[in-house]
Amino acid sequence: MKSETTYYPAVEQSERLGAFSGESVPRVEDKRLLKGQGAFVDDLWMHRQGHVHFVRSPYAHARIVSIDVSRAEAQPGVYATLTGEEVGVLQQPYFQMAPEPGGLMKDYCMAVGKARYMGEPVVAVLAESAALARDAAELIDVVYEPLGVTLDGVGTIEPDVPVIHDEIGSNVAWHGVYDYGDVDWALENADHVVRIDRLHFHRFSSAPLETTGALVNWDPGTGVIEFRTNNQMPMFAAMFIGPAIGVGVDHMQFSSQDIGGGFGIKITSYTYLTALALLSRKAGRPVKWSETRWEHLAASAHGNERTFLDIEVPVMSDGTILGFKVRAFDDAGAYLRYEPLGAVIWSQVVPGNYRIKHVRVDYTETLTNKCPVGPNRGYSRLQHLWMVERIIDIVANELGFDPVELRRLNYVQPEDYPYETPNGCIYDSGDYPAMLERVLELIDYEGARERQRAALGTGKRIGIGIGSTLDSGTNNFGQSRIINSALPFSGNGEAAVVRLDLYGEVTVTIGTTPQGQGHETTAAQVTADILGMSPDQVHVAAGYNKAANTYVGFSGTYASQFAVTGLGAVMGAAEKLRGEIVKVGACMLGAEESDIELADGFVRLAANHEAAIPFIGIAATVFANVAELPGELADSVTLNCRYVYRPPFTVPDHETKTGKLTLTYASQIHAAVIEVDEETGLVTILDYAAVDECGRKINPKIVEGQVHGAAAHGIGAALYESFEYDSDGQLLNATFADYHAATALDVPDIRYDDIECPSPFTPNGAKGMGEGGGAPLSTICSAIEDALPEGAHIVFDTHNNSERVYELLRSAAAKGPRGVEVLSR
Amino acid sequence: MAGEGGAVNSIEVTVNGETHRVAVEARRLLVHFIRETLGMRGTHIGCDSGNCGACSVICDGQLIKSCMMLAVAADGCEIETVESLGDGPDDLDPIQAAFKEHHGLQCGYCTPGFLLNTKTLLAENPNPSEAEIRRALKGNLCRCTGYVNIVRSVQAAAEALR
Repeated sequence: MKSETTYYPAVEQSERLGAFSGESVPRVEDKRLLKGQGAFVDDLWMHRQGHVHFVRSPYAHARIVSIDVSRAEAQPGVYATLTGEEVGVLQQPYFQMAPEPGGLMKDYCMAVGKARYMGEPVVAVLAESAALARDAAELIDVVYEPLGVTLDGVGTIEPDVPVIHDEIGSNVAWHGVYDYGDVDWALENADHVVRIDRLHFHRFSSAPLETTGALVNWDPGTGVIEFRTNNQMPMFAAMFIGPAIGVGVDHMQFSSQDIGGGFGIKITSYTYLTALALLSRKAGRPVKWSETRWEHLAASAHGNERTFLDIEVPVMSDGTILGFKVRAFDDAGAYLRYEPLGAVIWSQVVPGNYRIKHVRVDYTETLTNKCPVGPNRGYSRLQHLWMVERIIDIVANELGFDPVELRRLNYVQPEDYPYETPNGCIYDSGDYPAMLERVLELIDYEGARERQRAALGTGKRIGIGIGSTLDSGTNNFGQSRIINSALPFSGNGEAAVVRLDLYGEVTVTIGTTPQGQGHETTAAQVTADILGMSPDQVHVAAGYNKAANTYVGFSGTYASQFAVTGLGAVMGAAEKLRGEIVKVGACMLGAEESDIELADGFVRLAANHEAAIPFIGIAATVFANVAELPGELADSVTLNCRYVYRPPFTVPDHETKTGKLTLTYASQIHAAVIEVDEETGLVTILDYAAVDECGRKINPKIVEGQVHGAAAHGIGAALYESFEYDSDGQLLNATFADYHAATALDVPDIRYDDIECPSPFTPNGAKGMGEGGGAPLSTICSAIEDALPEGAHIVFDTHNNSERVYELLRSAAAKGPRGVEVLSR
Repeated sequence: MAGEGGAVNSIEVTVNGETHRVAVEARRLLVHFIRETLGMRGTHIGCDSGNCGACSVICDGQLIKSCMMLAVAADGCEIETVESLGDGPDDLDPIQAAFKEHHGLQCGYCTPGFLLNTKTLLAENPNPSEAEIRRALKGNLCRCTGYVNIVRSVQAAAEALR
């Protein structure tokens, strides 16, 4: 099956990394963050700024009959208001990534004509202080005519439900069938077919501790809009905002320094940035907005909710899983915002960690009267990967296979790499069997099985669960053409500048928007290795600044790619600078370039370390004493080296829905031992372990921290965190008092280990990581199912609070349908 | 800074050893007083409902959430914020140094609250068990670290301070 043409062109991997790359160098960022000296968006201010408060729809679906702002505008300290009606004139609907029918959607930065989810902004008020803006908001009279709501991500396609966007004509935004291999053949020829009625991936958010915010100034003199904001993908935001309000990207300036977590949720804040820009222009002032927690949980973005129906799994008698067939309904909420990219992004990991060959996914992106979704950590892959892991455990249970052995049998094997998936993605490297073995050691698998037997009859049931997962990184944006052939996107990239400054300082700027991932530290590590110096001699600019001219269209921090794209750009720029330093140094030392080496911040002769020039000597000559250099040399160096890293992608095929969708495939395997209280359904985690593989690690401590954090998000979602809407579309838990963000008591100690399988496709052997792939969702579900008595219903939901576990425990005695059946021949 | 409207009261509050006599609106929260009136931005806001602990400060020796207290109620109080830790702008105290060494922070937004929580905990209990540490930290949310390295940082700080 494999042919050379399915691989990428050979990559030259840097041999200079090593002295510092690979070491847990302490983070540069920490000092300012520990001292309270960080600069988060709410810490910024401008002269004459006003504060913004949004009046939001109390209804999930309502026509806006009238808005009267006169009482608010008459208040002392109130500068201006902005209504949806005004927005309808001042803004063109955002560009849509969906083809028709979803592409017909008219989406604005605030509700125009009607509100489509509870919390949608209806009016913005600008006042001297946040408190006065909030007071004034109370005086704004909005008359609503409530409309019927549609809330179920599957039922919303039925003909009799209210249509959210009249221009679309139904609540189906996108539909497509992904058909790989021959699933009909597999179902006809399998020894067993396991049928699963329904699996449901619930709605939650990684909810960064810092909410969304911005300080926006539309400068009337220059016409430049300055956005100081914690948006994590600013050039993507610019692509949406620019055409919508008729402003060129050259007239938009974005910057951020410290961002208090993002996890993808801060990608789609472009709607709020648009509203703030319009309000700034209207008021002739800078405007500042800091979202409240309630606003964040109700109306920023939620993770995608997905329902899988009618799953059929062909299995051979030896346990070989041939494939699966499923209908998937992804609930985007009220607007498409980043969707329907999720409708293709899951296909980066079609077979999960397994050698599954025959797959058909009938995928529908639907609309409901709920908060729009955004790319939450593990975006769109974790939903699919969870379903695949559920399939593995359910097949093992139903057909009597050991869940460990079934995984071993079906895993992609170490000798299979590079491994081509049924849709043409190339898994770069890995060793899942070794990771599985290690994670089972960490939880003492055999000992846990003994504890499980010993616990029977005590009122506590022990369950052991495994979750295998992938963290596909470095997107090929060409995959967007699989959902819409007309989209002008493909490939990916990131930019960096490495410069030797006037007094010999090495400075680095990157197009990324770090939110805690330690980019300043790791960028300094690779730069130091390439330039022969120490990381503390390298200054990496904190945060993102568009004015630094270090960005491409995909710049930002998202989708597990910094170690490849960000560091790839930094390494390329550092190599260019190295070349220039060597060239100037050779000239000044009267030597050949091949005789030169860089060490300790000096250019020197490899054969005679006394013949050396410090970097300041090179910089001072080029910048301020340039007449001493031969003209030809002076013309060829700038010491200001920009490099754009470009992964070697081609455009995927729209018709067959195939191609190389991501460059790297980091993986994690988790295992848990849990205790379930038979009387209450309460789940307690007794042991938890995670084994990570993300290629070559630049800073192992940072990698381990990312694994911990992603594991905590998954554990929180599996047991505690779930957005709950009532039948009117009211979100019932939009504060941290109600939405139980996992605490130090909820997340157990996580035993950690790693293995390293360098990627052959990246310039440094690293793989992007950080999203984690949602392993705990699979692991906890696997463990709960393992703890249930014989004859219980399958674990069908990602979220299993004690009430749901209690019902599952009771389902065994009820002897009702179990949500699964097996057909054997 | 901008006014909030409503009644104004004069209060005297000592923050990190410096006494401020200031007129504040009755409805101004202590966290907004610290951040906006005094311009000290190390104390953060994460939830508005007393659940996340990003705004934690020490008030007369007690750990409190400064979004749950009105500034006028702090009249006569001694407040310690994150800016009080360490000697001068570049020095890390043993708790801060432990968080750095053990990667007890990622984005850093929750960090000031965790540092002050740790300071209060270790003042009361210099040798806490892991369970005691986790119980003490339960009122502070971190969305980045999964708490694993925060617990390790607190353990290391306890050892350094003993």
